[in-house]
Amino acid sequence: MKKHTVIEDLHQAQEKDRKHTYLKEGNMQDVANGCGVPASQVYGVATFYTMFSTKPRGKHVIRICRNLACHLGEAESVVKALRAELGVDIGGTSRDGEFTLEESSCLGMCAVAPAMMVDDKPYGNLTAAGVRDILQRIKNEG
Amino acid sequence: MKIYRLHALICAGTQCISAGGESFESALRDELKKQGLTDEVQVVETGCMGACDRGPLMIVYPEGVLYQKLKPSDAKDIVSEHFLKGRKVSRLMWKEDEAPVPGLEQIPFFARQTKIVLRNCGMINAESIDEYIASEGYTALAKALTEMSPADVVDEMKSSGLRGRGGAGFPTGIKWEYAAKQNSPVKYLICNADEGDPGAYMDRSVLEGDPHNVIEGMAIAAYAIGASQGYIYVRAEYPLAIKRLETALRQARQYGLLGQKILGTSFSFDIKLRMGAGAFVCGEETALIHSIEGKRGEPRLKPPFPAVSGLWGKPTVINNVETYASVPVIINKGAEFFRKIGTAKSPGTKVFSLAGTVNTTGLIEVPMGITLREIIFDIGGGIPGGHQFKGALTGGPSGGVIPLQHLDTPIDYESLGALGSIMGSGGLIVMDERSCMVDIAKFFLEFTVDESCGKCTPCREGTMQMYRILSDITSGKGRPGDIEKLEEMGQLIKMTALCGLGQSAPNPVLSTIRFFRDEYEAHIKDHKCPAGVCKFSEAKTEAAIA
Repeated sequence: MKKHTVIEDLHQAQEKDRKHTYLKEGNMQDVANGCGVPASQVYGVATFYTMFSTKPRGKHVIRICRNLACHLGEAESVVKALRAELGVDIGGTSRDGEFTLEESSCLGMCAVAPAMMVDDKPYGNLTAAGVRDILQRIKNEG
Repeated sequence: MKIYRLHALICAGTQCISAGGESFESALRDELKKQGLTDEVQVVETGCMGACDRGPLMIVYPEGVLYQKLKPSDAKDIVSEHFLKGRKVSRLMWKEDEAPVPGLEQIPFFARQTKIVLRNCGMINAESIDEYIASEGYTALAKALTEMSPADVVDEMKSSGLRGRGGAGFPTGIKWEYAAKQNSPVKYLICNADEGDPGAYMDRSVLEGDPHNVIEGMAIAAYAIGASQGYIYVRAEYPLAIKRLETALRQARQYGLLGQKILGTSFSFDIKLRMGAGAFVCGEETALIHSIEGKRGEPRLKPPFPAVSGLWGKPTVINNVETYASVPVIINKGAEFFRKIGTAKSPGTKVFSLAGTVNTTGLIEVPMGITLREIIFDIGGGIPGGHQFKGALTGGPSGGVIPLQHLDTPIDYESLGALGSIMGSGGLIVMDERSCMVDIAKFFLEFTVDESCGKCTPCREGTMQMYRILSDITSGKGRPGDIEKLEEMGQLIKMTALCGLGQSAPNPVLSTIRFFRDEYEAHIKDHKCPAGVCKFSEAKTEAAIA
């Protein structure tokens, strides 16, 4: 019996391990078996959607918004500060394994641009100095 | 029921939370406890109040005083002054011409709106079905199920003239009639909550602020077409909307407003939540259907339209959040009431998210036919810092820029289409003279290149070619003939791309060429960016000359 919950199951598999929010080969195979579909189809889905990653990611995923309102605001300096602070480019994971830096095409938070999400938490009105504090706070909270 | 002396409504929408709303709320609750006022002042978490850039926001009733930009340290003053002594804290109140405004109805940003879809947003606790029911919630469903036949509902929707608020503007009643006529024992209903347009957050705000309104609209639609299973497809970037929807669905089931034999009738209907995973193209209806089926979100050719063959090959109605949220009011107050608002061809209201360089940004609902000037200058308070209005972008990456000379164009589907833009889902980004239109066009093409699903060649390759030309122009390497080439390719993609997203992808380029051709020419001929945004390095300029 085929199940149609490939995307839900991938979300769950990816979030199960809070230290490594990405999909390992075994995760995808499990989803394929559970849904009764070929592993190739699951891999195709996992690589189609930007919120799934088949490469290792850090404990927290930062999604910085790159929408036009953020672009008109000070998003560039915030991205620069994040890159400097984490020592990585977009797509990279900080050496301590805490953060992966990603982009989102729009988080829908234009009135408080520039904006980002760290995991499920929204942050708005960002400044270069402000993001350093936010990262530090998240790190301390563990 | 407990009676309170004061009600403190705190906005718990994503943007107010991101600005620190939760820490203000806990400071306020602490202070109320300290002063022994917890039995006199009720704190209510609501959905989006609209003026998102002034957040965190709080409205105190019965006076209707709006406090803005609240910090935890402000809680003490508000409690000891306003709540205890009845003296409003003017330094935290909304100001017009630097004078604090006593109540909401005196603030143009709020007073000039017409709220149908957002009628409960920011007014009720979004996590309480009782508050929704107390504001006439689920009475439209009861009316439809007990006083109307499914055909009556379809007729009412057709006479209301409601058009799809997702952007394309297809008449909702006709879509429902089409699906209702299909002879199939299984039909599906889908709510498209995959709001991905850059600059748009109307649907998220409705889902966060009044989820039952959407659920009620869906149940009425399901009754009209004969569906017993519905899906809400919401993007994973909206965790708060997902949480509030889960709560609302659970409550509706508990109250027998979803599930078997709703309100004692023979009608049964339930809704499942499906999460996206980050793909703009899934906002396209056939791509979204594939995604619900657990596949890659790639669109397919139409026809057949989903109303004939949709989810798992069954007749399916798919509408967006705002469309469903308009339904309960139409059923309750009648098509005539709805038609009195807006224009003849575009009745009703439209929700916009106002962003960019405008004094007050946020969520607004206005009657169709309103002009862009009224939205930006009367409601939004104009352009800040003495800057000049240059253009407003509607429809995101599928839309175009409306320039100064068309500021008095009425906002409706046809007028925006005639200007080479689209209504879109409601993102409205205002730009002043500091924005370069070629840079804006490039920005959107970059977005399309990233988000193109890759299935059809015109979109996959064509947008990439257009992006390269725009990159050249904005870096001083533009060549004579580039503008014509962009126009030709744009037309070609519009005619040949597989889905609506591909077909509309060239719009931002074509629209900016149409109204700001001189800016393109200045980049190419004079190697100058009139807005001063594009930086041309000397080496590149030389290369361009050579």
